[in-house]
Amino acid sequence: MSTVSPASANGVNRDFLFRRLHTLSGIVPVGMFLLEHLFTNATGTLGASAYNNAVNAIQHIPFLHFVEFVFIFIPLIYHGVYGLYSAYTSGYNPGQYSYARNQLFVWQRITGVVTFVFIIYHLWMTRFSGHMPNFQFVHDLVSNPFNLVFMIIGVVAATFHLSNGLWSFFVHWGITVGPRAQKVSAVVLLTMFVLLSAMGIVSLFAFLYGW
Amino acid sequence: MATVEKDLAKQATRTVRFIIERQQDATSEPYEEEFLIPWRPGMNVIAALMEIQRNPVNAKGEKTTPVSWESNCLEEVCGACTMVINGKPRQSCSALVDKFEQPIRLKPMRTFPVIRDLVVDRSRMFAALKKVKAWIPIDGTYDLGAGPRMAEADRQWAYELSKCFTCGSCVEACPNVNERQSFIGPFAISQARLFNQHPTGKMNRAERYEALLEEGGIHECGNAQNCVQVCPKGIPLTTSIAAMNRDINFFSLTKWLGH
Repeated sequence: MSTVSPASANGVNRDFLFRRLHTLSGIVPVGMFLLEHLFTNATGTLGASAYNNAVNAIQHIPFLHFVEFVFIFIPLIYHGVYGLYSAYTSGYNPGQYSYARNQLFVWQRITGVVTFVFIIYHLWMTRFSGHMPNFQFVHDLVSNPFNLVFMIIGVVAATFHLSNGLWSFFVHWGITVGPRAQKVSAVVLLTMFVLLSAMGIVSLFAFLYGW
Repeated sequence: MATVEKDLAKQATRTVRFIIERQQDATSEPYEEEFLIPWRPGMNVIAALMEIQRNPVNAKGEKTTPVSWESNCLEEVCGACTMVINGKPRQSCSALVDKFEQPIRLKPMRTFPVIRDLVVDRSRMFAALKKVKAWIPIDGTYDLGAGPRMAEADRQWAYELSKCFTCGSCVEACPNVNERQSFIGPFAISQARLFNQHPTGKMNRAERYEALLEEGGIHECGNAQNCVQVCPKGIPLTTSIAAMNRDINFFSLTKWLGH
């Protein structure tokens, strides 16, 4: 602590900047992409053609590869890799201090690592599988029980990580300051987690049973 | 029988069991030693430690070295006697033996370097207070006169923050104060907020923001919020951290845009 830390040229410390970019990238754009992704998948509940149309619309976004790279891959890799580092440098003491917020602190890091592993698998199975995603493709995918269970775990972990991460984002950016505001945001965001994860799981079963 | 007589009768037979994590010096391995202390009415943990000092014999009846600890005010305002009692950091002077489940386990706050037994070196906290300039500079080469007045509404909550006695409980409970990173600790952020809020202290607020932007600064907080749970003075540490997050984000962003 007594050591003088290297500040960058404009006087903003790198650690501070990296941390703040980490909380920001988790919401904008990564969290927003997750919401978009979950809603696109939910079109599966409206039938095969609704889903195929939604996928088709995304495929026709202009400069798709550029958009995907700059607004999804780069922020996602940054958030994921820095998040792993952050999970490593955190301490864990929920056994000694079993307060709810400390438990959620631990779960935030567990779900972060689970989501990281899941996303690699998920990209490999879908985005980089060489197939155009369509209803039939996803149906075949989730018909494998291992895939289905892994997908459910991924949906629950990712939606928890987003909801609880948004709670933390509000504190890191000084939006929810007092204990009451933080409590209200916790209730609202944990409700959001339940709804989003339920929506994601329902969508998966829609693909499985071909509603 | 009167209460006093009852207590005296109990005193003759009752003992209190202590399991104390001890350590010979800063570099030696810790070990546990058990003690059976005669119960006395209204005794606190310090009274038990004083009894061991008077008669250093462990539960096996062997003669041992007296347990070292630090204490000073004995009324929960100095923070010197803070230790981990049954898993939670708190002041041993206000820790009444009758209020704890037995055996009572005493451990030093291991987030700090242990010097001997329950004595720890909390210098890092004082270094942190120096780093965030947790004071109000009032000296000049001439009489600067009276400072600006403080609003009563502000004074009321600032008084709550001023109750911090640097005991180290928040630093001990914080998961992000560990050997893998250099987080300054919740108390330092709250103290920076206290002095930034003061009408005269405000004049140096940029220096305190700068200090909290450095390595181990406010950004290392992970919102586990154990600090606010264990603070013996009920200081709203997490409110201070969030309020300082707001100020420091604004400060760093406007500073960057001003370059």
